Amino acid sequence: MSLLEIEGLEVTFGQGEGRVAAVRGASFSVARGETHCIVGESGCGKSVTSLAIMGLLARGATRQAKRMEFDGRDISRLSEREMSRLRGHRIAMIFQEPMTSLNPAYTIGSQMAEVRTRHLGGTKQAALDRAAELLGRVGITAPGMRLGQFPHQLSGGLRQRVMIAMALMNDPELLIADEPTTALDVTIQAQILRLLAQLQADLGLALLLITHDLGVVARVAHQVSVMYAGEVVENAATADLFAAPRHPYTRGLLECLPIPGKVAPGAPLGSIPGMVPKLTPGFTGCGFRSRCSLARAECAAPVALRGAPHLYRCVVDA
Amino acid sequence: MRRSGIWIGGAILTVVALAGLLAPWIAPHDPYAQDLTRRLAVPFWMEGALPEHLLGTDQLGRDYLSRLIFGARVSLIIGAMVVVVSGAIGITLGVLGGFFGGRVDDVVLFLITCRLSIPVVLVALAVVGLLGSSTSLVVAVLGLLLWDRFAVVARATTMQVRNLDYVAAAWAAGSSTPRILVSEVLPNIMTHLAVVGTLEMALAILLEAALSFLGLGVPPPLPSWGLMIAEGRDFMFFSAWVIWIPGIALFTLVLAINLLGDGLRDLFGAAPS
Repeated sequence: MSLLEIEGLEVTFGQGEGRVAAVRGASFSVARGETHCIVGESGCGKSVTSLAIMGLLARGATRQAKRMEFDGRDISRLSEREMSRLRGHRIAMIFQEPMTSLNPAYTIGSQMAEVRTRHLGGTKQAALDRAAELLGRVGITAPGMRLGQFPHQLSGGLRQRVMIAMALMNDPELLIADEPTTALDVTIQAQILRLLAQLQADLGLALLLITHDLGVVARVAHQVSVMYAGEVVENAATADLFAAPRHPYTRGLLECLPIPGKVAPGAPLGSIPGMVPKLTPGFTGCGFRSRCSLARAECAAPVALRGAPHLYRCVVDA
Repeated sequence: MRRSGIWIGGAILTVVALAGLLAPWIAPHDPYAQDLTRRLAVPFWMEGALPEHLLGTDQLGRDYLSRLIFGARVSLIIGAMVVVVSGAIGITLGVLGGFFGGRVDDVVLFLITCRLSIPVVLVALAVVGLLGSSTSLVVAVLGLLLWDRFAVVARATTMQVRNLDYVAAAWAAGSSTPRILVSEVLPNIMTHLAVVGTLEMALAILLEAALSFLGLGVPPPLPSWGLMIAEGRDFMFFSAWVIWIPGIALFTLVLAINLLGDGLRDLFGAAPS
């Protein structure tokens, strides 16, 4: 059984006429010791999905799910108190913006130590030792010195390493990383990704990685979910997805990628015409149909995922 | 010079605070000891000054310098206590309103509006006049009336901090709501509140002097600067210095606190006032 199982997750914001369905039926599962990527463009609902799992949606958002289980426990019905015991302990999260994700008022050491003592108790000194060990593990030299420093004394790449180390303080089973490399420059991105993949393998973590970068997916993911307009439109093992994409949107995405040797220099890159539809209440069916060359009449009705194990949500046979 | 305000204001405030703190040791005389044979002795720069009374004596022959030094104590204690009381009320309301929004914020805004519609001086006069003057009553009344600016600033800055990533990160790390309020939000709005604190302190000191001048602040014979001005009123034509010595002291202290506050604001970046 998988560590995290999500089925039919729906998140809506606002009420009445202004209601927007940010996520409408996301289903996927993350197995222990596996990296699962959720990939999609801005606004497709991937970040909202991760926040919904953590129970950290903003006010005014409503969450519904057919099934939402973590380690066999239904987390959709947990109280805020029980949920906060899971957060930071068994499920940890890394955010996109390392520059602002650390509290400027405290030293690195005290922020890291607090995460540990809050959940597991123990002395502050033991927690600081653990913090120093983890800082070394994420490739920070002189961890003892860094513990006494404030966030503004660290660069973006270092701060993201600190965030990763902080997330690991309590040996979580599931690590959710929401675009952890987006705000960093390219060389640092590569380092952080390699670090995440390394830690994932060493510690046997389940890693749920949210990204819009297919290059990242190809390098680290075992399993991929492609999201579009609030739905998971395709879900497959990474190799299968890149070798034989089944959903028209995934195919369109992959055609947009410049691959040296495959795409002739100067040849125009692929693009997907049209715009993302507005997900007002009452919107049903495939979100991609207005941009899809294969669209038919039945696309307007809800489309089911099919074709296990390489799942896709399309009425046209791949 | 950059930040000269902080240095000048801070230096004056330090001197006044030290004077108040060390008053029993540095004051040359007992501020309450009367000597009617030496009434209204002139200060040292005027002809006929008594060498043992540097700033002369008041209408009851009490040493003016000693009363001035002990008066610093009264002003600073009242100023600080008022800031503590009003800060506690205002910051609590502001942070709750700014953090939770919605209904809570509506209530907080309503309270702030109510408070702003109360005329501070009139109510303070009425209450002190009704219940009799005492130092703790002055502190209580001013503290309960001067929290609005704390609430407004705390609310606005909390709203900014609430949406920052490190607060989200604290949620994700399993922090509880009270914990986030106290250890994530509060330390990061403190700089703004410190600026408000200095301004409120200056205001409280002036209001105390005003109330004492009207005979409704601290009770005599306590040496408050406002009270000294009030008591010197009858002699101002022939002994003007009995009024302007405490007047200058008051002016200098309030100016120093305001300079410090402005300096802090520049130092911390633009804080809403």
